[in-house]
Amino acid sequence: MAVFPWHSRNRNYKAEFASCRLEAVPLEFGDYHPLKPITVTESKTKKVNRKGSTSSTSSSSSSSVVDPLSSVLDGTDPLSMFAATADPVALAAATDSSRRKRDRDDNSVVGSDFEPWANKRGEILARYTTTEKLSINLFMGSEKGKAGTATLAMSEKVRTRLEELDDFEEGSQKELLNLTQQDYVNRIEELNQSLKDAWASDQKVKALKIVIQCSKLLSDTSVIQFYPSKFVLITDILDTFGKLVYERIFSMCVDNRSVLPDHFSPENANDTAKETCLNWFFKIASIRELIPRFYVEASILKCNKFLSKTGISECLPRLTCMIRGIGDPLVSVYARAYLCRALLTEMMERCKKLGNNALLLNSVMSAFRAEFIATRSMDFIGMIKECDESGFPKHLLFRSLGLNLALADPPESDRLQILNEAWKVITKLKNPQDYINCAEVWVEYTCKHFTKREVNTVLADVIKHMTPDRAFEDSYPQLQLIIKKVIAHFHDFSVLFSVEKFLPFLDMFQKESVRVEVCKCIMDAFIKHQQEPTKDPVILNALLHVCKTMHDSVNALTLEDEKRMLSYLINGFIKMVSFGRDFEQQLSFYVESRSMFCNLEPVLVQLIHSVNRLAMETRKLMKGNHSRKTAAFVRACVAYCFITIPSLAGIFTRLNLYLHSGQVALANQCLSQADAFFKAAISLIPEVPKMINIDGKMRPSESFLLEFLCNFFSTLLIVPDHPEHGVLFLVRELLNVIQDYTWEDNSDEKIRIYTCVLHLLSAMSQETYLYHIDKVDSNDSLYGGDSKFLAENNKLCETVMAQILEHLKTLAKDEVKTLEYIKKQSKQPDMTHLTELALRLPLQTRT
Amino acid sequence: MGTALDIKIKRANKVYHAGEVLSGVVVISSKDSVQHQGVSLTMEGTVNLQLSAKSVGVFEAFYNSVKPIQIINSTIEMVKPGKFPSGKTEIPFEFPLHAKGNKVLYETYHGVFVNIQYTLRCDMRRSLLAKDLTKTCEFIVHSAPQKGKFTPSPVDFTITPETLQNVKERALLPKFLLRGHLNSTNCVITQPLTGELVVESSEAAIRSMELQLVRVETCGCAEGYARDATEIQNIQIADGDVCRGLSVPIYMVFPRLFTCPTLETTNFKVEFEVNIVVLLHPDHLITENFPLKLCRI
Repeated sequence: MAVFPWHSRNRNYKAEFASCRLEAVPLEFGDYHPLKPITVTESKTKKVNRKGSTSSTSSSSSSSVVDPLSSVLDGTDPLSMFAATADPVALAAATDSSRRKRDRDDNSVVGSDFEPWANKRGEILARYTTTEKLSINLFMGSEKGKAGTATLAMSEKVRTRLEELDDFEEGSQKELLNLTQQDYVNRIEELNQSLKDAWASDQKVKALKIVIQCSKLLSDTSVIQFYPSKFVLITDILDTFGKLVYERIFSMCVDNRSVLPDHFSPENANDTAKETCLNWFFKIASIRELIPRFYVEASILKCNKFLSKTGISECLPRLTCMIRGIGDPLVSVYARAYLCRALLTEMMERCKKLGNNALLLNSVMSAFRAEFIATRSMDFIGMIKECDESGFPKHLLFRSLGLNLALADPPESDRLQILNEAWKVITKLKNPQDYINCAEVWVEYTCKHFTKREVNTVLADVIKHMTPDRAFEDSYPQLQLIIKKVIAHFHDFSVLFSVEKFLPFLDMFQKESVRVEVCKCIMDAFIKHQQEPTKDPVILNALLHVCKTMHDSVNALTLEDEKRMLSYLINGFIKMVSFGRDFEQQLSFYVESRSMFCNLEPVLVQLIHSVNRLAMETRKLMKGNHSRKTAAFVRACVAYCFITIPSLAGIFTRLNLYLHSGQVALANQCLSQADAFFKAAISLIPEVPKMINIDGKMRPSESFLLEFLCNFFSTLLIVPDHPEHGVLFLVRELLNVIQDYTWEDNSDEKIRIYTCVLHLLSAMSQETYLYHIDKVDSNDSLYGGDSKFLAENNKLCETVMAQILEHLKTLAKDEVKTLEYIKKQSKQPDMTHLTELALRLPLQTRT
Repeated sequence: MGTALDIKIKRANKVYHAGEVLSGVVVISSKDSVQHQGVSLTMEGTVNLQLSAKSVGVFEAFYNSVKPIQIINSTIEMVKPGKFPSGKTEIPFEFPLHAKGNKVLYETYHGVFVNIQYTLRCDMRRSLLAKDLTKTCEFIVHSAPQKGKFTPSPVDFTITPETLQNVKERALLPKFLLRGHLNSTNCVITQPLTGELVVESSEAAIRSMELQLVRVETCGCAEGYARDATEIQNIQIADGDVCRGLSVPIYMVFPRLFTCPTLETTNFKVEFEVNIVVLLHPDHLITENFPLKLCRI
C-alpha cells in the first residue's frame, strides 16, 4: 500500500480569526436593521453611507414593509375569526371583574343575580360563535307619535325633549346587513355606550328607546347558533339599563339628611322617587311589542321595591304568563332564562318564608351566586340548624354552604364564628363518610382565612375521625382533596411542615398508589412554589421522606412514563436544595440522595450533573487555584461521579457523562482522574450496539456515536499526555477501538470519523492550540513543537490517510454496480436528469 | 341666564281633586335683583273640542258647540310691583280648587278631539324694556271616586270564522277557534284590563295578537255630532305562532292622561273600547270589539 506523507499546514489562529470575523459597524438610531422593529422613519442618506447605493433601495423598501403578522389580523383569514371570538371573552372578563367588585360593594342592597352567570357569560360568548353574516335592524322612530312615549308629555320639559329627539330619530331607521360577528359585537357595545351616554346627558327617553330596540333584536332568530351570544350581549345592555334606573330612583330617595337603608321598605321612598318609578312602569307598559316590553320590564323589576313590598312577587307570575305569548320556542325559553336571572333574589326571600325546607335551602345554596350566600353565611347557618333533618341530611347542607364559602368570602367579622359554628356540627357527624364529605369542603375555607393553628386543629380533627376502624381507607379521594387544598394555600413549605398534624395526616394514606399520588402533589406544589433554594432541615427531612416514598414505589412493573414523572419531581427537589457555601454538606446530601434514589436513572444523572456543578462552583469560588482542602474536595466530587456512572444503563448517557465529568476533572486539574474518565469512555465504545432504543423506537446508533466522537476529539486536543504512557496514547487507543468496532458494511461513518481524526491531528501539530484550559498545560506546551512529537503525529496521520484511501478504492470497485443502479433509476419518469450522469460516468472510469 | 321663573307644585304626582287646596311655590331665581310690575298666578281649566277634518264641512252649524269650555279660571295677585333680591326667592301659594259656577271639574284627559287640561300660569309683569316672564305648569285633576258599588262584568267570547261580520269571502278564511274572556268590561282606571285568550285551534299560523285601546270621542249635541274613534295604544300580547290550548294573558295598563273615566256631557262624550286583534298568516286580520266602561273608585 502506497504511503502518503502527511504534513499539517501551519495555522495562525489569531490572524485567521481576525480576517474571518465580520467587521462590527456601529448602528445609529434610525438605521436599518432587519432585527430592529420596523419603523416608519427613514433616513436613506445614512444607509447609503453604510451599505452602498444598491442596498439603499432595498433597505428602504423593507423598512416600509407592512408587518406580515399584523396584516394577518385584519379580517380576511380564519385567525381573525378566532380573534373575533376571543375578544368578547376578554371583554367579558374585564367587565366581569368590575361587576363582581361592584356587586360586592352593594350586594346586600341589590340582592344580585346568581353566581354562575359571570362565568357562564364568558363561556357562552366563547362557545356560540358564527361566521355567518348578521344584521341589526334599528328603528329608533317606531314609537314616535304613539301614546307610549307620549305618556311623558305631561310636562313641558319632556315634550321639548321629545322634539329634540325627533332629530335623532329622523332617518335613524337603519338596517345594518352583512355584519361579521365582531362587527355585531362592536355595534352592540356601541349601543351600550350610547345608552350610558344618553343616560348621562339626561336623555332618558333616548335611553329607553335604545333598550327597546336592543331587546327587539332578540326576536330575530336567524343565525341561530349565535343567538346565545346575542342574548348575553343584549341582556348586558338590559342589566345596565336596569341598574341605571334603579340607581337613579334610589338616589332620589337620598336627601341630605338621611340615606336610605339597604333593606328599605316602600314607606321610606319619597313621593318623587315613587312617581318617577311609576312613570317608568307606565312607559314600559305601553311598549307596543311584546318581546321588548317583557325584557324591559324584567330589567327594571327590582324597582318595584320602591312602590310596594309585594310588587315583585306580584309581577313575577304575570311576567311568567306573558312569556306564553312568545311564539318562537327558542325566544321564549331565553326570555324565561332572563326572568330567572333577574329574580333569584326574590326566591331567596320566599324560601325563607317557606319554613326552612332543607331541600330548597340546598338548591338555593347551589344555585345562587357564592358572594350572595357568603355575605349571609350566619343566616344560613341559623337556618340550617333549625331545619328539619328528616328530608335532607344536614351535612349536605353544610357541605353546600362550605362550597360557597370556598368561592366567596364572608364578612371579615363573621369568619371565625362561621367556622366555629359549622365545625361544631361537622365534628358531631357520626358517619365517617358524611363527616369527611363535609370536612373536605370546609378545609378550603379554613385554609383561606385562617392560620396554621386552625388548619392544624382541623387536620387533627379529621385524623381523629378517620382513624377508628381504618375509616380512611374508604375516603382516600376526600383526604387527597384535603391535602391538595392545604398545599394550595400554604406555599411556604417551612410553614406547611410546621403544621404538626400534616405528616401524621399523610400517614393515613396507607394504600401505596394513593400515597404516591399525594406525594406527587406535594412535590408538584413544591416545584411550582418554592422560589429560593433551601436548606431548611424540616423541609429537607419531610421532602426526602416524600421523595423516598415515591422512589420506593418503583418496581419492575412501573411504566416508563411514571418513572419519568417521578424522576422529574425528585430532580426538581434536588435542584432546590442548597447549603450555600457549605459544599461538603451539599456533597453529603448528594451521597445520601444517591443511596435513596438509586432505582431512577434520571435522578442519578441529575445527581452527577449536580456534583459536577458543585466541583465547578468550588473552582469558581477559588478562582481556579485550589487549596489542598478544596483540591481534595473536588477529587471527592470526581470520585463520586466516577463510581456512579457505571451504575447507569443508557450507553450514551454513560459515554456523555464520562466525557463531561472528564472535562470537569480536567478543569479542576485532576489529570489522572480525567484520564481515567476518558479511558473508561474509550473502553465503553466497543459496547455501543448497532441499534439503540430512542423513545420506544429502534434507531441506528452510528450518528450518535459520530456525534459523541467528534465531541470527544475536541476534548482530546487539550488533554495532556501522561508521562508514563506513550505519545498520544489516548488518541491511539481510541483509534484502535474505532478500527476494531464493527461498522455497518459499506458505511461511510468510519471514514467520516477518520477525517475528523485528521482534523484533530492537524490541530495537534500546531505550535499553539486553538484553545486551552486555564492552568492545564496541553501537549503544545509540553512538547513545545518537538520534532519527534510531530513525526509521531504525522505517522498517525499517514495511517489514517491510508485507511481513507483504502475505503475510496472499495468504493471504486463498486462503480459498475453504481452505474447499473443509476441507469435503472434514470428510466423512471421523474429521474431523467440521471441519464446524463449515467452517460458521463463510464467515460471517467476509462480515463 | 337672566331671570328664571318656575312653579313647583307640592304633590310629586301633581294630582288633585275638586275641593282640595292646590299648594306649591313660585320660584324666582336671578343673579341680580329683579325689578317687576307685579307677579300673578292664574289657574285655568278648559275643555277644548275640535272637529275632525272629515266632519268640519258637515257640522259647521254646530260651530258654537266646539268653542272651548272654561271650567275654572281664577287669578291671584301674588306680589305687588317691586323688586326681588338677587338669588332664589320662593313664594308659596295656595289655591282652592273649585269649579266656576255650577260647572263640574272633569278629569284631566288628553285626547285628539277632546282635551281637558288644567294649568297654573305665573306671570311676572315687567317694565317696557324687559319682557314679561311667564311660566305655565300643568296639574292633573282626578274626578272624585264614583259612588255606588263597583260590579265587575266579565265577558266570555269565542271567535271562529262564523262569528265574524264584514267578511268578504268567508270560504277563503282558514279555520280557527279562539276562546277567551275579559275579567270585566267595567274597568277601574287604575287597574289593568285583564283576561285571557286561548288559541284552541288554527289552520293558519298566528303572526301576532294585539290589544288595541281605542278612544271614541263625540263632539256636539243631540241635533248633530261628530263621533270619531282613534287608537290610543296597541299592545302586542302574542308574537308568533303561539302554543295551542295555552292561555295567553290579556293584560293592559290604562295609560295615564290618555284615558279618563268614561265621560258623558251635553256637549261631548269620551268613551273607550278595546279591540282584540289577531293576525293570521298570510294576511288575515280578525278583530273583536269590546266597549269598556272606565271608572275611578
